[in-house]
Amino acid sequence: MNIFDILGPVMVGPSSSHTAGAVRIGLVCKTLLGEIPVKANIFLHGSFAATGVGHGTDKALVAGLMGMKPDDMRIPDAFLLAKESGMEVHFQSIHLKDAHPNTALLELTGTHDNQLYIQAASLGGGRIMVHKIDNITVNFTGEYPTLIVHNIDQPGHVAEVTSMLSHKSVNIANMQLYRDKKGGYAVMVLETDQPVPEESVQWLAHLEGVLKVTYFNPENV
Amino acid sequence: MSYHSMQEILTACEEQNKNFYEVIIEDDRKERGVSKEESYEKMRNLWEAMLSASMNYDSSLKSASGLVGGDGGKMKEYQEKGEGYGDTFLLEVVVRALQMGESNACMKRIVAAPTAGSCGVLPAVLVPLYQEKKVTEEKIIEALYVAAGIGQVIATRAFIAGAAGGCQAEIGSASSMAAGALVYLKGGSPNQIAQGAAIALKGLLGLACDPVAGLVEVPCVKRNVLGAVNALTSADMALAGIESAIPVDQVIDAMREIGEKMDVSLKETGEGGLAATERGEEMKRMLSKEKCN
Repeated sequence: MNIFDILGPVMVGPSSSHTAGAVRIGLVCKTLLGEIPVKANIFLHGSFAATGVGHGTDKALVAGLMGMKPDDMRIPDAFLLAKESGMEVHFQSIHLKDAHPNTALLELTGTHDNQLYIQAASLGGGRIMVHKIDNITVNFTGEYPTLIVHNIDQPGHVAEVTSMLSHKSVNIANMQLYRDKKGGYAVMVLETDQPVPEESVQWLAHLEGVLKVTYFNPENV
Repeated sequence: MSYHSMQEILTACEEQNKNFYEVIIEDDRKERGVSKEESYEKMRNLWEAMLSASMNYDSSLKSASGLVGGDGGKMKEYQEKGEGYGDTFLLEVVVRALQMGESNACMKRIVAAPTAGSCGVLPAVLVPLYQEKKVTEEKIIEALYVAAGIGQVIATRAFIAGAAGGCQAEIGSASSMAAGALVYLKGGSPNQIAQGAAIALKGLLGLACDPVAGLVEVPCVKRNVLGAVNALTSADMALAGIESAIPVDQVIDAMREIGEKMDVSLKETGEGGLAATERGEEMKRMLSKEKCN
């Protein structure tokens, strides 16, 4: 926390958790999908479901999906802008077990059947936490450059990723490994102190056994 | 931030023979690894955003719920008649606080200070001073460092979120920060800044966060006025040489204790206090009906 967490962010109101945080969730989702979604099914849980409309949480999520930042004056018009751009959006309330009160679950479809399923929570002060990607539990805030590698659970993938980062002088701040079952679908989430070069992200995506690589840089989020 | 108490900041001011704001800007420089100029520029941008948010009020707007909007316009008309109890400056502070609170509720761009719900307090006292040319932009930016330093100590020792500590943590913190900034702008010493911050926070200890229907509207908008006016009187007391009987760090610790003991229904859940009144419940029902339609 620094003094600009006390003064700031500059944001569209009314709530740092229900509005600014919701925009950031949308923006992280858009970045992880790699494009503005064509279709979004959005489920709101807890306080997001109860007071979300009054706080503009729904508009804020859509604004983020369209690439707007929390201080974008167009956030109140997000529904109209989404409609004009051909994005199909559906909202529903949902009750999730053991989820943070400010949680949204998003089922996103891009072009060419590019799909993403994300569960994220807004923690307050505009800070967020991504809890699930494609049904795998993860935990990252989007405050660091974040590299997410989906791969087959087999030896060597962690070494490939970490040696690439070492080669590019990128320091790892946090690293988490998840898998659905032994030898199954694995996800590694690396938060780094320096941005990861785009060509290195591309290189990883082509490795054998690597299923999908997503990356985002918070400077763009 | 490396300072965990106001006392540590005061000691640093004394040992390094520096102003309160210089100690904070130096700490930010180290913390974020930026130059003094970069830090200053970032603060200047925040001030510009605050000023422009204050100037862009639109009295014709209503919040999505319809519960707030237009009061900033009413207050401005009243102030211009010149028949109020407060003088033009004091009533301008009231006008600015209402306007910013309403702009926030109406999804306009604001600066969280320290939160969106309390975003009206600091600009309410700073913008009128700047408009009347009583202070320069440079001094205001320095005062914002003072406010941020106080806010950061409060966030470190207690909390600044209503969900964590009630409204005392939001409007109380904002008022304490604003009081310190105001003392600085009149040339008060670091100790007087600390006294002003303590007096302002003490006055708002125990304030519950009980928003109707859980929205940042009722009573949040008008509580920004309370925070701003309390900051003015607290700063004046400190500048008069009045001291808080309880040291500022202990006042902050008391805020934490009170917040921890406060029932969860009074911490931004919209389930107690004003939210649970007959009228509060009625408004909530009306809004949820509208949502279904």
